[in-house]
Amino acid sequence: MELRKTEMYSVQEMILEKKRKKKVNMEKIIPKLLFLTAAISVFTTIGIILTLIFETFIFFDRVSIVEFFTEAKWLPFASTPSFGIMPLIVGTLKITVIAAVVAVPVGLATAIFLSEYASEKTRRIIKPILEVLAGIPTIVYGFFALTFVTPVLRDLFPSLDMFNALSPGIVVGIMIMPMIASLSEDALVSVPKSIREGAYALGATKLETTIKVVLPAAISGIMASIVLALSRAIGETMIVSVAGGSTPNMSMDVTSSIQTMTAYIVQVSSGDAGYGTTIYYSIYAVGMTLFVFTLIMNLLAQFISRKFREEY
Amino acid sequence: MKLINKSHVAKKMPARLAVNTICKGLFFLATLVGLLVLAILFYRIFTQGIGSLNGDFLQNFASRKPEEAGIKAALIGSIWLMVVVAPVSLLLGVGTAIYLEEYARKNWITTFIKVNISNLAGVPSIVFGLLGLTVFVRALALDRSILAAGLTMSLLVLPVIIVAAQEAIRAVPRDLREASFGMGATKWQTILKVVLPAAIPGILTGGILALSRAIGETAPLVVVGIPMFIAFLPQSFMDTFTVLPMQIYNWTSRPQEEFQQVAAAGIIVLLILLIFMNSIAVIIRNKFQKRY
Amino acid sequence: MNMTLTREKESPAIGVENVGSAALTEKVYETSNLNLWYGENHALKNINLDMHQNEVTAIIGPSGCGKSTYIKTLNRMIELVPDVKTTGQIKYRNRNILDQSYKVEDLRTQVGMVFQKPNPFPKSIYENVVYGPKIHGIKNKKILDEIVEKSLKGAAIWDEVKDRLHENAYGLSGGQQQRLCLARCLAIEPDVILMDEPTSALDPISTLKIEELVQELKKDFSIIIVTHNMQQAARISDRTAFFLNGEVIEYSDTNTIFSNPNDKRTEDYITGRFG
Repeated sequence: MELRKTEMYSVQEMILEKKRKKKVNMEKIIPKLLFLTAAISVFTTIGIILTLIFETFIFFDRVSIVEFFTEAKWLPFASTPSFGIMPLIVGTLKITVIAAVVAVPVGLATAIFLSEYASEKTRRIIKPILEVLAGIPTIVYGFFALTFVTPVLRDLFPSLDMFNALSPGIVVGIMIMPMIASLSEDALVSVPKSIREGAYALGATKLETTIKVVLPAAISGIMASIVLALSRAIGETMIVSVAGGSTPNMSMDVTSSIQTMTAYIVQVSSGDAGYGTTIYYSIYAVGMTLFVFTLIMNLLAQFISRKFREEY
Repeated sequence: MKLINKSHVAKKMPARLAVNTICKGLFFLATLVGLLVLAILFYRIFTQGIGSLNGDFLQNFASRKPEEAGIKAALIGSIWLMVVVAPVSLLLGVGTAIYLEEYARKNWITTFIKVNISNLAGVPSIVFGLLGLTVFVRALALDRSILAAGLTMSLLVLPVIIVAAQEAIRAVPRDLREASFGMGATKWQTILKVVLPAAIPGILTGGILALSRAIGETAPLVVVGIPMFIAFLPQSFMDTFTVLPMQIYNWTSRPQEEFQQVAAAGIIVLLILLIFMNSIAVIIRNKFQKRY
Repeated sequence: MNMTLTREKESPAIGVENVGSAALTEKVYETSNLNLWYGENHALKNINLDMHQNEVTAIIGPSGCGKSTYIKTLNRMIELVPDVKTTGQIKYRNRNILDQSYKVEDLRTQVGMVFQKPNPFPKSIYENVVYGPKIHGIKNKKILDEIVEKSLKGAAIWDEVKDRLHENAYGLSGGQQQRLCLARCLAIEPDVILMDEPTSALDPISTLKIEELVQELKKDFSIIIVTHNMQQAARISDRTAFFLNGEVIEYSDTNTIFSNPNDKRTEDYITGRFG
């Protein structure tokens, strides 16, 4: 068989021909273009930080930074305004704590059930449902909190105000629960089978194995998932805007109206605070505080999961 | 003397097993919480909203009278928003992913970019709104336009797309790259003709999930200053507009009971849109699951 | 369209009847004093080897002896591994390919490769074969069609797939996939074909088919094949190099190596005393 001689042309010749014609060198340009797209994400971060810093500086030009952190009243719309962020932080933390009380036990129990007890079939049904739960827009959760959870809670506790911390707190908890469940489940599943088998072989029950062997081995992943989820709770906006009210206060009461940092930004943005007013700049100072809170928690989560990563 | 009293151990065993069973039940109940909430949520919204959901609702603009209120402007606005977000975020996200997976050297710049992306993913959406307000609306003078809102949303969902695209690109077997290089293909040819086609299902799935996040987001748009009450359709990307979640927020925050029903009807439209998009993602995922 | 065949011009004396008379054949590859390190690990030590046109050169040796590393150096695929350092020379058609000014894409257009595991692209059979011609700029549909038929015939798979050219290549069996990969490689009419243990993932019948193909193809191509299967080397190759611990222990006519090896270690290996 003479493959080539029967041919009318030579592929190699054609390739050479094409190569001579080619002018633009994509190989040099493309990596640079791609690097630029990658740089956009860095510029976004820089943009966020610079925006917050510049506008916050203008705010602190008008309102003392000492007042901002020490004053216990947030009354921007009063005739003698007061800009002490503490009430907003307290409101945010109230929501976060209530959310954690709901989400951590439920999320963790779900993760344990899915990774240790559930059959493959059950997992295949439940995991997509959790994904759906995680994908529901927050405004829908806000609507749900206001029109369902609050009325139900008010039937149970008649002293509850229409706007309160409890209802949005619980709903924020429901919103972040799938995140804890799914990230913790990943951590539990990645614990090697051999470690479990070691415990089973000693006659430990499934529960004992889970609590004493699997959970400790997966603890870093679980902690990281909780910290990340709580960071989401701190930054959650629409649920608290719709169902939490707009009364910043320092009380520990969860039955009355509150305001979180995020809800304040929404209140100002959807109102008519003119560009350049002190109130306008105050949303950047609040945004800056919020950003620092969530950044610290995100870094903490990364630190936890990196520090304890290579245990097995 | 024996260190372990076997009869003692045996005596305790039934109790231990009982505790195991009880806890299993508790874990299962906790798992049901999520399902239960989802069922109640869907049921409530459906029963509240179905009455208002009709042809008029889809064709009318917003109104001060609940019985005349419609979702037309918001629905069309959400689609306009997608038209900006989809290409911008996919281009930037996939470009970044290709850079990180195929070109980036292991140095501090690469590490920095990676750490930066994972932190960006954790920044609250409302903070992106502040960025959009300052940079796009004011500094670049795009005003409260579709473009300003779309660019803000693109940056918000960028980390989601980057991570999904990175995973999809990483999952393309080395073999295929080698085969392509072995034919004398250049790196970019290999990426364009082999790696990306093989990674496209994963990229699309991630992209659709990111878009469905963008379609449901409210907070950044409130901050950017997108109006909630609008009675016309946008003609260009520089026009102002409103979107479904903004419209729903507006109705939800009105005191009249009737508007809550209208809000529920709006939510049904939003959820149908999301379910539709997610079904496409699931179909793509299933269709291309077992490829290598 | 240009009708000349470059290689025929370079060595007009080569015809089917000359195969085997080693003295007359032209050298394709000349390796001199090649050393290669993976980081600190000295993987190839002072390699000197010449490979000839229209011959099958087999490289044998136990796992980890450097045979796979060496064949990957011949088309510089080795550069995909980070932290590789080389010294010495590999001349391909009288030009040193280790010289960084030698563009790898040009080299790999001349030197095709078939890999250990069949690695077709997740595309149609047709698209797999035209991949090479297409990336090198050949877009004429008629020519591509001809290339597909010729290449698939060359890899003895045409009859099996001619009715389903537009189906996904993943529907083929392992042996068919490997022959498709060979066809994909033939599509750009390379000068040399490198085969890195091409049958190690295949069943005996598929292996036999590939071996027969190699015999057929050497009329038109120069073939370098790495194999851990000594019988395969004995069956199909003209020359054999025996690698051990990164060194060439012995290199000569396949007949000599298998019937009358010079080195005690070669003898031990081919008689199955180790490896």
